[in-house]
Amino acid sequence: MMRRDECFKKIAELRGDAIVVSSYSSAFEWRAVDPNPLNYVSVGVMGQAPSHALGLAIGLPDEKIIVLDGDGALLMNLQCLVTIAEAAPKNILHFVSENGCYEANGSHPIPGKGKIDFAGMARSAGYAHVFEFDGMNQFSAELPRVMALEGPVFVTLKIEAAGELELDYPYTHGAQAREDFRQAVKPLIAKRDAAV
Amino acid sequence: MESETGLSGAAIIAAIKRAGVTHVAALPDITTSAGLLWPLSRDRDLELIRLCKEDEGVSVCAGLSYCDRRAVLVIQQTGFFDSINAIRAIAVEYSQPICMIIGLLGKEPDKAPAESSRYGVRIVEPILDAMGIDHFCMETTVDVARLPEAINRAYETSRPLAALVGRSVDP
Repeated sequence: MMRRDECFKKIAELRGDAIVVSSYSSAFEWRAVDPNPLNYVSVGVMGQAPSHALGLAIGLPDEKIIVLDGDGALLMNLQCLVTIAEAAPKNILHFVSENGCYEANGSHPIPGKGKIDFAGMARSAGYAHVFEFDGMNQFSAELPRVMALEGPVFVTLKIEAAGELELDYPYTHGAQAREDFRQAVKPLIAKRDAAV
Repeated sequence: MESETGLSGAAIIAAIKRAGVTHVAALPDITTSAGLLWPLSRDRDLELIRLCKEDEGVSVCAGLSYCDRRAVLVIQQTGFFDSINAIRAIAVEYSQPICMIIGLLGKEPDKAPAESSRYGVRIVEPILDAMGIDHFCMETTVDVARLPEAINRAYETSRPLAALVGRSVDP
């Protein structure tokens, strides 16, 4: 088992200019690890982070789009694995933090806790590359290679439930977060349009 | 001269292109299948994103809008019902230009949606009104002329739009 914040710190080290789409517990923890205007937190509804990421990946095909998903969230939008695999954007890297519970909603267990094989589902959906990590040493060693692969790439992170998180929903759902991202993404749009 | 009795999919495709739409996120709906979605799927100027469930499309269109790409979401009203929470949060509360083309399965061509004998048709407009979403019904090709301006307005004001499809679409 790993700690999500430790995993996120490793991802942040290699992030570069990637857009990072996250929701709920992952978003709160990611923002603490790597505050950045290219963090997209305005997903609106639990489970929808990968679908927002798909839109971004299609709209900005030359930019890396990282998704920081949760296991409970993915269960709410499980079919997105098939939709993303069908669209097959090369620039999506989809992490799922698997802690077996709805952490932002009282830590109740997810259905299928300990039995679900998220990586297996992503593989059968058609993701180009699929990984599962439960130890920090292996994750740290493999991450540079994983992040350099053409997607869609799926990674399960087996993590412990975190401690108390600051649940900053006013920022997540607020207009400022959307405006921050809108301004931050403009240079990427200009770069795309200049390349045409 | 535009048809006063039929609804042309070619006219709808031309209309969305006039509004600068480059992407279509869709699930099949028998009202729009033959006349709109199949031709869309073969159109080289439009990129079709095939969805497994309609609420994904709300998010896909939102992501595209941040990238300065215009999209429409082509679905059936049953998918609209199923996606209301995503539409509530992303389109309405976040003020995103989510433009939906919604086939009204079961609507009688000679009746307004509010006058349909089908409960699942009658409740569509009241729900859109309750959510504050601009909407109009395309019953004939004449109505399609409203679509480009409605999409432009949705993007200019960053507000959602629902264009209802009131009868089976001809190619």
